[in-house]
Amino acid sequence: MIEQLPILVIVIPLMAAPLFVLIGNRKLVLLLTQLVCWTVFGVAVSLLSRMQYGPISYELGGWPSPYGIVYNVDYLSAFVMVFVSGLGAIVITYAPRSVDKEIHHSKHSLFYASYLLCMTGLLGMCITGDLFNVFVFLEISSLSSYALISLGKTRRAPLAALHYLIIGTVGATFFLIGIGLLYQMTGTLNMADIANRIQAVEGSRTMLVAFAFMTVGLFIKMAVFPLHTWLPNAYTYAPSVVTCFIAATATKVSVYAFIRLIYVIFTPQFAFEQLPLDQALMAFSLVGIFVASAAAIYQTNIKRLLAYSSVAQIGYMLLGISMSNVGGLTAGITHMFNHALIKGGLFMVVGCFALRIGSLKLEDLRGAGKTMPLTSFAWVVGGLGLIGVPMTAGFVSKWLLLTSALSLELWPVAVLMLLSSLLAVVYIWRVVEILYFSPASHLAQTAKEAPMAMLIPTYVVIGSTIVFGCWTVYSAGIAQAAAKSLLGISQMGGVQ
Amino acid sequence: MTPENLIWIAILLPLVAIALVFLVGEKSPNIRESCTIGVAVTLFWVTTSLAGFVFSGERPSFKMGEILPGFEIAFTVEPLGMLFALVASGLWILTTVYAIGYMRSHHEKNQTRFYACFASAIFAALAAAFAANLFTLFVAYELMTISTYPLVTHHGDEKAKKGGRIYLGILLSTSVAFFMLAIAWTWTVAGTLDFTPGGILAQPNIDGKISDFQLSVLLGLFAFGIGKAAIMPFHRWLPAAMVAPTPVSALLHAVAVVKVGVFSILKVSVYIFGIDLISETRLSEGANPIMMSDWLCYLAGATILLASLVAMTKDNLKARLAYSTVSQLAYITLGAALATSDSVIGGGMHIAMHAVGKITLFFCAGAIYVGAHKTNISDMRGLGRAMPLTMGAFLLATLSIIGLPPGGGAWSKWFLALGTVQTGHFWLLAALMVSSLLNIAYLIPIPIRAFMTPVGETPMKFKEAPMMCVVPLCITAVGSVVLFFFGNEIYDVLLPIATSAR
Amino acid sequence: MTEFLGLYNYWIVIFLMMTGFYIVIARENLIKTIIGLNIFQTSVFLLYITMGKVTHGTAPILKSSHGGESHGGKSHGAEHGQDLHAATEGHIDLSVDAVTEIYSNPIPSVLMLTAIVVGIATTALALALVVRIREEYGTIEEDEILEMDRNS
Repeated sequence: MIEQLPILVIVIPLMAAPLFVLIGNRKLVLLLTQLVCWTVFGVAVSLLSRMQYGPISYELGGWPSPYGIVYNVDYLSAFVMVFVSGLGAIVITYAPRSVDKEIHHSKHSLFYASYLLCMTGLLGMCITGDLFNVFVFLEISSLSSYALISLGKTRRAPLAALHYLIIGTVGATFFLIGIGLLYQMTGTLNMADIANRIQAVEGSRTMLVAFAFMTVGLFIKMAVFPLHTWLPNAYTYAPSVVTCFIAATATKVSVYAFIRLIYVIFTPQFAFEQLPLDQALMAFSLVGIFVASAAAIYQTNIKRLLAYSSVAQIGYMLLGISMSNVGGLTAGITHMFNHALIKGGLFMVVGCFALRIGSLKLEDLRGAGKTMPLTSFAWVVGGLGLIGVPMTAGFVSKWLLLTSALSLELWPVAVLMLLSSLLAVVYIWRVVEILYFSPASHLAQTAKEAPMAMLIPTYVVIGSTIVFGCWTVYSAGIAQAAAKSLLGISQMGGVQ
Repeated sequence: MTPENLIWIAILLPLVAIALVFLVGEKSPNIRESCTIGVAVTLFWVTTSLAGFVFSGERPSFKMGEILPGFEIAFTVEPLGMLFALVASGLWILTTVYAIGYMRSHHEKNQTRFYACFASAIFAALAAAFAANLFTLFVAYELMTISTYPLVTHHGDEKAKKGGRIYLGILLSTSVAFFMLAIAWTWTVAGTLDFTPGGILAQPNIDGKISDFQLSVLLGLFAFGIGKAAIMPFHRWLPAAMVAPTPVSALLHAVAVVKVGVFSILKVSVYIFGIDLISETRLSEGANPIMMSDWLCYLAGATILLASLVAMTKDNLKARLAYSTVSQLAYITLGAALATSDSVIGGGMHIAMHAVGKITLFFCAGAIYVGAHKTNISDMRGLGRAMPLTMGAFLLATLSIIGLPPGGGAWSKWFLALGTVQTGHFWLLAALMVSSLLNIAYLIPIPIRAFMTPVGETPMKFKEAPMMCVVPLCITAVGSVVLFFFGNEIYDVLLPIATSAR
Repeated sequence: MTEFLGLYNYWIVIFLMMTGFYIVIARENLIKTIIGLNIFQTSVFLLYITMGKVTHGTAPILKSSHGGESHGGKSHGAEHGQDLHAATEGHIDLSVDAVTEIYSNPIPSVLMLTAIVVGIATTALALALVVRIREEYGTIEEDEILEMDRNS
């Protein structure tokens, strides 16, 4: 049983999804979905806890490694799987009231099935060691998230979903082209195997093209600054629960795939020394951070504000990755986790507002601090995390990034990074002032505090941003182990 | 009880107060306030017994554990921090008593939140006072910014929002943009952030990891990054924060917040740079060498004078006191920048002396507001006859702020002046003298005018503020005089921080 | 020149790819955009199938009889030495006889089966979304829809 754990992460939600469509009873499906999500979380945690004995390699159907598909679990993938499944579970626990209000009853079982499929895809991208499998799982998660986004209440939701679909499919197809070219050069799809054979063909033009296609494809999925245009609309018009889940996890998993691409398949030597990708990444991320943060300041819809903030935050992760030392990589991976918690928590707060106030325009949220004190306070705490105040998770990643940048003597990066986090103060505090200091709007005046069934999960996530701000053994600690093993692997690859 | 245990007990006590305040809540205000007072008295008792150990030469320390690999939260008590903790915890008791009188007679709302935030600000002040490394200090510093924001914006109106915006904006942005960068830089070159007698930057400087000029830049990052020290041009938050209720202005903007700022600057100059490094690093050679901290000395001197001048133009009593605070804080920064043993001790002393004096003045301002509903100085003519105790206390505290015996401030200013002479900065000596004259010009007229006959024959209908307000301010006024007679003791207590560097 | 012409199927792939991409970018009609997307994807299918083809290679079906033509066929294109390598190595359990026969690499074709399924799913979902958009807005011209959103 224990050696079957890696496959269970995928199989359980994948099998459950069609089953739930057949069951169709929305209450039962909801209950079972929660059960499945928590089970998957449990499996992921037990996988992570086994990492101290070394990475796990699981061969599907017993086919030996380069020929069959393998699932690889190491610190990085187990870590990402734990927070993806954990947030998936907590969001689905939080979901019922919000889903009840925002999605038509007849579609509930379909909604939950898509939710599970989306999670399957994301987890699959983490665990698989086969490049084509990454594409397949990427498409599973993307297709289900297009469907989930289109369930939003307003008529703009399907349009936002369609835009995302078109851009997302282009991105995924780029990725597919890259895989094809890589396969052409190395004759294998197994990531470790490609890494071994890549030296022989390194520097050829086909390799460059493959690398470019895959990078751009993933950039689209990550919503890196100039390719982010799909994200604000998709986040804004999706149902609250979907936004919580996708904002917390989807872009992070793409970042994860990007880390794998650079550090495992193409070595950092190739990406950062032969190609100037590190400088390009730094430039993109810094410009993205500033532009997106500035855009966030001028938004009038709280969800769109957070969406732009997400675009900016991706920049911090890429900044860490581009430094290609243990410190920077640790910072990037830690920020994936911390930002997943913070943004997930903030979108959950927004979901509470959506439920009770019914509008997400900032002008309608005026004065909600008085009628919904607990929800508003959660916003303050989560916002402090996003700003990066000490004792919150956001500070941890910011600090790691800063010290790493200084140890590489990247002064402009360090200074710009700090200045950019001041922009976060502006857009977070703008909302805080609206919540607490403005005369109440008529919608906020009559609003009640959000139900406990939603507040408790929200506070669990928001509270954990404080916990992981004071105690980082299981965030920065694991991220560091993952960073070390990533750099170790690539160095071994260089020796071979 | 071992001093190690006393440290964590002292830091934990304000958190206990927060919990108690929230548990009791609005239902029974009397129990809630007595909880705060009870905890405050216990805390003062704990800090005094801790002071016994520290002042006899012990350096107890307590480690909380690492937040990040290599960066830990740890506390070590040394005399400077001990003095600050004593001042903060002692004045917390009086302020709480005063706040009860003030808040109730004003029927303020959200008093539970008020007392809870108050306690968390004290928590941050103690954590900063006891911090064993820069990282801990930074965490405490930021916590204080956040926890005092609800106090500053207590009234929740448009004015409070604007004031809060300036307050948070300046404090947060300076700390993030400069202070954090400075800390990370220090860590990169020195490999440690521990407060070490003699400083940690001397060796990297010799090793060539940081040049003399860069040291000067780093000092600048610290001086501007610690926005709570209110060095111009980053002083605007302090007047803006005066929208807060007076007890907040009193404790936070005469004691806790601003003193955390200057305390941090002193700590950085003594334990991170080391006063030897600051006083011996030259940016240029020659007959009149430019020292690395010269620019900061003159900036502090300019702040002293300019803030005093601005204070003269203010008719609102609290605003005048706020600018007076800006000016007085610059004295302490000056002490740190001069970096002689006398100037550093003078700066450390001034933390205590100014705290007691300025809190009295703020208490008086609040008492006048409660008793007579007056905020403008021009309206206070003749008020001394109706409120003799308040105005008498005001006069005593004024002496201390100006630096006239028998006010405690006389000593600290004396040592600061010595520092300017030792380093040959005679212009700064002149600035100190002129500033004292300006202090006389803008503070003394207030009580004098109050004791003169009121304009017209309308009899004064006002009487003293409630006893809860008047008693604390009388105690602090007397305290500011008493400190004058303990100048020698404070000097002895602070001597180790200056000599251990040698 | 022969090399240039010899890669003609790659030119077709690129032509199709750019055509599809252009349609996706330039067309305002949502259905046309989806069709462009389809063409774009199809070009990738062709790319894979092209790279799997080995000149003179037969379908990779095991014959029980002895191997037929056993001379070395040239792999398709200049840089495809690895293909052959993979094609042979991919069949570890082949009999000695079979190894001598030249096969096309079956894996790209198999991969494309999956990709085609993905493509169909994408198209189906996109069309479903277009149906919903038309129900809501009464049009599938993107500029008109955006105009309506701006006015509302």
